[in-house]
Amino acid sequence: MDNSVVINLKEIKKIYDMGGAEEVQALRGVSVEIHKNEYVAIMGPSGSGKSTLMNIIGCLDTPSSGLYEFNGVNVSEMNDNQLAKVRNKEIGFVFQTFNLLARSDALHNVELPLIYAGVTSGERKRLAREALNHVGLGDRVHHKPNELSGGQRQRVAVARALVNRPSILLADEPTGNLDSKTGDEIMILFEELHHQGNTIILVTHEEYIAEHAHRIIRVRDGMVETDERVDKRKTVTTV
Amino acid sequence: MSQAVETILHEIRESLMMALVSLKTNKLRSVLTLLGIAVGVFSIIGVMTGMAVLINSIESGMSQLGANTFQVQRMPNFQTGNPQERAKLRNRKYIKYEQALKVKENSTFAAAVGIEAWTFGKTAVGSDGKKSNPDIQIAGEDIEGFVTNNWTIGEGRLFTQDELNSGRNVAVLGKQIIDKLFPRTDPIGQTIRVDGHEYQVIGTIEPKGGMLGGNQDNFITVPLTSFFNIYGKERDVHLMVQSSSRESFDDCIEQVRGIMRTARQVNPGDEDDFYIFSNDSMIEQFNDFTKYLRLGIMLVSAIALLAAGVGIMNIMLVSVTERTREIGIRKAIGAKKTNILSQFILEAIVISELGGMVGILLGIVVGNILAIMLEVPAVIPWDWVAIGFGSCSLIGITFGVYPAWKASNLDPIESLRYE
Ligand SMILES: Nc1ncnc2c1ncn2[C@@H]1O[C@H](COP(=O)(O)OP(=O)(O)OP(=O)(O)O)[C@@H](O)[C@H]1O
Ligand SMILES: [Mg+2]
Repeated sequence: MDNSVVINLKEIKKIYDMGGAEEVQALRGVSVEIHKNEYVAIMGPSGSGKSTLMNIIGCLDTPSSGLYEFNGVNVSEMNDNQLAKVRNKEIGFVFQTFNLLARSDALHNVELPLIYAGVTSGERKRLAREALNHVGLGDRVHHKPNELSGGQRQRVAVARALVNRPSILLADEPTGNLDSKTGDEIMILFEELHHQGNTIILVTHEEYIAEHAHRIIRVRDGMVETDERVDKRKTVTTV
Repeated sequence: MSQAVETILHEIRESLMMALVSLKTNKLRSVLTLLGIAVGVFSIIGVMTGMAVLINSIESGMSQLGANTFQVQRMPNFQTGNPQERAKLRNRKYIKYEQALKVKENSTFAAAVGIEAWTFGKTAVGSDGKKSNPDIQIAGEDIEGFVTNNWTIGEGRLFTQDELNSGRNVAVLGKQIIDKLFPRTDPIGQTIRVDGHEYQVIGTIEPKGGMLGGNQDNFITVPLTSFFNIYGKERDVHLMVQSSSRESFDDCIEQVRGIMRTARQVNPGDEDDFYIFSNDSMIEQFNDFTKYLRLGIMLVSAIALLAAGVGIMNIMLVSVTERTREIGIRKAIGAKKTNILSQFILEAIVISELGGMVGILLGIVVGNILAIMLEVPAVIPWDWVAIGFGSCSLIGITFGVYPAWKASNLDPIESLRYE
């Protein structure tokens, strides 16, 4: 199995200048390598910099200093269009707050990445339906986000993240807003994706969620505290 | 290459769809914004349609004169210009019968030359004492005048050359006079009196309806010589000339102009001291007359459209702020700057075009109410429709670019955090 490095972070720092002498050091030198088909959980107390790190990995945010190579390419050297392409095709991002278009139905939300990928309308509808079927929402395609439960919304967000078949799935507290049962449903989905060869990085506060991963990176005060493999992985296939 | 074109077309279509969806979700706001555009476009299209209808009506009025016919008269129909110019016009000498005869004798391009003189505001009294309104017109005509006026005899007959030469008091009546004086009796052979003179009715003229809503059938024709006998010979006549063919029309005008200038002793280099009234000259005059009206309307419309454009910009800026999160989401899942840019510009264009469409439709409908009133066919001023759509796109683009540019340059992560 191909074991190449997909994400390579070296001494990544993120400093927010709050004006005057005040500044927030959200990341103070993070170095992490993530290989293909790894399943990584990032944990740490609130405010430790997990989301900041995820946003940088997802090419949504830029570090103040340090090197970030994505599939061997230095991200800081990419232009706007290349970044857009990476976000569109290479990375699927699941946000803690779903971030669905409130006024569009599930189908259109899932279609969106395909629109920007230039897929034709008919093919798009087919792929979007397929992705929604896959997350068990085949019967909810025309529901708007406010007509869906929290878990269903999160599954729409997952379908959207996966519809373009990205190689990496980033999920920032995907179960944070869900009860443990629906949280488990999402975790089953991730398990499946991992089996299909996807690389998964997920942020969580919950130990029992983290136990699904191969590897747990603990962050504290903007630095990596521990980075260890999980020996006794917990796998769920049924709830 | 064709691949690239295809992608661009694809992106335009997608942006258009997204624009339509977002306009639909903000219905009230979109409607209010496009109303401004609609008003601006409506005023200009309405006026231009009205103008086109009027010109049509003038043309169809002209064609009632008979094909390839023009008139020679002392004064223009619409008088424009400053007071001195108008005074000069008023000082023009009458066109005399002798001058008109010169035209009749010498114009080789003419198929028919009618000479006529008119007097207005007369009352006709029938043999049984029935009276017309005091608003009828009396036309002294020669025989060719019936050809150039395109009058056809309904009942009875036209006066003969003998009757014309001898100045007999016979009359051919318009439809409206018949309806008034002889509603139930046969008018032929009856006598009528106008200004104390008796005329024998020998024929009637087929009705033609009114030009510009006026009534053309409210008149009496008598032989020109009889007219001169009663109302005096020293009066202004006018000429109607029909050229022998469409091709010789312009030559005919020039020939008649030359004959008239000689007859009226106009010095070479001086301008004509008479007015030649043809289809083209009439429309030219009409356009000249309405120039300031049209300029005024264009100015008002331009200001209205500009204001509406600022309205669009305002709405788009609000919309960009409101939809910051949406923009962040779109960028996070792979929208390029150009995707966002084109989406918002197209949104501005769509609002503006929808407004334009409403304005154009209303303008055409309202402008054509005039057509119904004047009983002429409806008109669609395609050139102005095109200009209307063109300026709407221009406004959409001009006032949409800045908000769209602002949207496309939003930082993805900042936008996602926006509350
Ligand atoms: N835009 C910003 N401006 C200033 N400071 C920021 C900004 N975003 C994050 N921070 C700071 O950076 C630090 C890390 O924030 P981050 O959101 O990464 O934390 P987190 O680990 O995801 O926390 P949580 O578990 O609560 O989501 C925090 O102290 C936060 O206040
Ligand atoms: Mg966070």
